[in-house]
Amino acid sequence: MSVEAPAKKVSVKDFRADLHNDWCPGCGDFGILASMQTAFAQLQINPDRLAVFSGIGCSGKTPHYINAYGFHTLHGRVLPVATGGRLANSGVTVVALGGDGDGYGIGAGYFVNSGRRNVDFTYLVHTNQVYGLTKGQASPTLQRGRKTKSMPERAIQDGINPIAMAVAAGYTFIARAYALDVKYTASIIAKAIQHKGSALVDVLQTCPTYNDLYTKEWYEGADLPEKRSRLYKLEDKGYDGVVKDPSDPQELIAKKAGAVARSYEVDPIPLGIYYQANLQTYEEAVSERIPALATTPLAELDVFHRDVSPLLEAMR
Amino acid sequence: MRKNQLNWMIGGPQGSGINASAEVFARSCSRAGLRVYATFDYHSNIMGKHSFYRVRVADEDLRSFRDPVDVLVALDEETLTGDGHHRRWATHFGHLHEVSPGGGVVFDTEAGFDPATSDRKDIKFFPIPLMELIKTALTEIGKGGQFRAYEIMKNTVALGASLALCDYPFASLESVIADQFKAKRFDEIRGLNVRAARLAFDYVRDHFNIKDFPYQLGPGPDAKARILAKGFEIIGIAKLKAGCAFQTYYPISPATDESVFLEKQQRAQNLLVVQCEDEISSINMAVGAAHTGVRASTATSGPGFALMVEGIGFASITEAPGPVVTLYQRGGPSTGMPTRQEQGDLLLTLHPAQGDFPHLVTAPGDLRESYQDTFSAFNWAVYTTIDKLELKYDKIERGKLYHPGDFTDPQFKGPHDGFTAQNGHQTTQYGGAEKEYLRYALTPDGISPRSRPGQDGGRFWTTSDEHEPSGHITEGVDMRIEMMRKRMGKLDLALKLIPEDQQLGLWGPADADLTVVSWGSPKGTILDAIKVLEAEGKKVNFLQCRLMRPFPARRVGEILRKAKKVVLVEENYSGQLGQVIATETGFMIQERVLKFDGRPFSEDEMVKALSNVLAGGKAEAVVTVVR
Ligand SMILES: Cc1ncc(C[n+]2csc(CCOP(=O)(O)OP(=O)(O)O)c2C)c(N)n1
Repeated sequence: MSVEAPAKKVSVKDFRADLHNDWCPGCGDFGILASMQTAFAQLQINPDRLAVFSGIGCSGKTPHYINAYGFHTLHGRVLPVATGGRLANSGVTVVALGGDGDGYGIGAGYFVNSGRRNVDFTYLVHTNQVYGLTKGQASPTLQRGRKTKSMPERAIQDGINPIAMAVAAGYTFIARAYALDVKYTASIIAKAIQHKGSALVDVLQTCPTYNDLYTKEWYEGADLPEKRSRLYKLEDKGYDGVVKDPSDPQELIAKKAGAVARSYEVDPIPLGIYYQANLQTYEEAVSERIPALATTPLAELDVFHRDVSPLLEAMR
Repeated sequence: MRKNQLNWMIGGPQGSGINASAEVFARSCSRAGLRVYATFDYHSNIMGKHSFYRVRVADEDLRSFRDPVDVLVALDEETLTGDGHHRRWATHFGHLHEVSPGGGVVFDTEAGFDPATSDRKDIKFFPIPLMELIKTALTEIGKGGQFRAYEIMKNTVALGASLALCDYPFASLESVIADQFKAKRFDEIRGLNVRAARLAFDYVRDHFNIKDFPYQLGPGPDAKARILAKGFEIIGIAKLKAGCAFQTYYPISPATDESVFLEKQQRAQNLLVVQCEDEISSINMAVGAAHTGVRASTATSGPGFALMVEGIGFASITEAPGPVVTLYQRGGPSTGMPTRQEQGDLLLTLHPAQGDFPHLVTAPGDLRESYQDTFSAFNWAVYTTIDKLELKYDKIERGKLYHPGDFTDPQFKGPHDGFTAQNGHQTTQYGGAEKEYLRYALTPDGISPRSRPGQDGGRFWTTSDEHEPSGHITEGVDMRIEMMRKRMGKLDLALKLIPEDQQLGLWGPADADLTVVSWGSPKGTILDAIKVLEAEGKKVNFLQCRLMRPFPARRVGEILRKAKKVVLVEENYSGQLGQVIATETGFMIQERVLKFDGRPFSEDEMVKALSNVLAGGKAEAVVTVVR
């Protein structure tokens, strides 16, 4: 998405809303919020041209803490609302976000179908393996057999693989980040926003209140004899998920297969860009139908002086 | 002899083109200056099931159909005698029993029907060798051997035959058939269809004595053909005229046609139509778009509306300017009867989601009102107050083709010219940096100035949680009360704003002996029935409820309390409007004429039911006579 620069330079501070934050102390959501604000400042986005949409959950409160247009929508429906917003005004940078329950559970249908459309937005999923706001039930990313302290019984459903799902659905930018590494997460978010098309960033997020399995210490490998991180960066191992020639179906398939293969690595877990391809966006496809949209956002087209008389005359 | 008063019907298996030929006939009559009311009856099926199309024609305005069929065109045997032979429970018994005494039946000699077996000795049978005539037409152009491939032409051929009975001028038909196949790729088909219809027309004249056929049809009084339209077309055009820029949908009968119609207009009219993954997506995408500065809309039917309810509450609490939801009712519950007519969704639309929230519901009674209410809906939603609005129709979408009354001026802007299409109440002044913009500012009329993403200095937050003027979440007692009052107060404002003639209609003499209360598409049938009763010296009037939320309770209560006798007419099981009236006005309507067999009221049924109540009888449920 191309970004229009603000009249005067903006910093991280300009993206902070003056509102008391009610997340639990130490929540991974703080890291994601800070990463977003850092990325917005890095990209010099005009806050008046930025809209942040969220679902319902602890993570869903994020837009309230950001100084931009903020839409705190419904549980699971953030992508349709964000899509409507983006299609109505292509002059606005759209960032959507929500919990892993929100996006991969109740919102799974919209997660998949948004990939098919490739509307130009960034979607951040706060993957904490639990339903935070409803007090820690298993979310769709918790693996079978695991049990957090908030659960009375072990999970007897499999956890889904969001990266592989995103590949199958057609997202054109697929990445993973870690909430407590703000600098890296911000850089990934910035790349996701710059990407033209639907970008998924699955952000591994700690929930210190309900998730005692995937904690900061766990990710850091504090329990391992060699004390090594359970995370690594794809680029550090020479992996490059960016498609060079999107018109080459072989390369597209090879890169997708590579991304899926990496997405099944569980120790260490890869962070970074799994897959990226520059393919036609929904907005581009739409402006082939409605040429005026190539230069003017829908919200600014004059639709109030239409001549419908030929349509009526044809009915005589 | 009856001139220009014809009830014509064509029946056959779905997919045999009966709708095409019925619509050709209807348009041909309209162009010949006649008035038309046509209605299509079909199954949720692509091919094979019995369907039929009625076309009623007259010199004066028509708003309903009649039970008797003066000319029946049957493409198969089932149209004549029903499906009792091959189903455990027959769904119908054919249409022979509906043919008026002295009427005519045109049927395919290949249909395997022997008139001698019929007990209808009072009607005339006209067996026509449809395939033979097609073969003749093909032979003339050297293609006689391929006639089976042209079987689909049977419907046009049968139409041609049926019109010969009525001495209808063939030229009037010819031009419409030609129009139907206007496209270049139809060059051959066009000539063939006209020729085959002509052969059938002549065949009837040559082989039967039609001189005393009592139903005659000739040119009518209108010098210029009127617009002949279906509901979805008129509603689509109203949306275009109202400045709708964004329409979402998920396919569902009978609502899809509207979105497909609009899809075809995208390029010419700068309208974006998005086919969504489900109705939850449709409504929420439209809400997102409405918040972002376009007039947005979606169209659906009962099953889809049932999924949308969450988004409607969301639109309302976030005070979105719209979207406009068009609900085409069909037979419920659940999947119910997808292609059938019912008014079973009123109560659902009045309280679709959790909590108390404002929204508007209007129920237009005909095409003209559909145009008005659709157009106004956008203004009411955007310009004034209301976050969202539904229009509901009882399936005037597909099955009915008729003149939208005095819908003659294509520039007609709707009744609300004061509110021409524009994004009213959207503000561009925020007072700069020193003055904070509040999207949910508390104002005397409950309406806060609106901005949209992308506007300088207009940043706001919005949430489906209860919120403060800033749009941030609150659970505070005082603010909760203020916000509830702010939102709900918009209903009072709407009642003041919406012109009374769009709230309700009162038709007929004030001192009537019987007042009929109804809503939606039975309107036309009721008005036609009242006309019949009037000719018999009976005084009946009609209270049409049109604005359902907010409900004009005071006016409705006044009218009903003054009425001598009241009867409720609805196409549903439980008398849903009656329940609304009881709750809103305290007036209990005792007599109820209800119909819930998935078929609309005919004029005859309405006349009979109202006559019964007038005569002091107990009102009863009406059932379509199928045998
Ligand atoms: C339709 C609906 N069902 C259930 C809920 C209750 N609910 C609120 S938040 C939530 C889950 C939150 O989990 P997640 O999406 O993973 O986000 P988190 O709180 O972990 O950030 C649920 C089930 C709701 N708001 N709406």
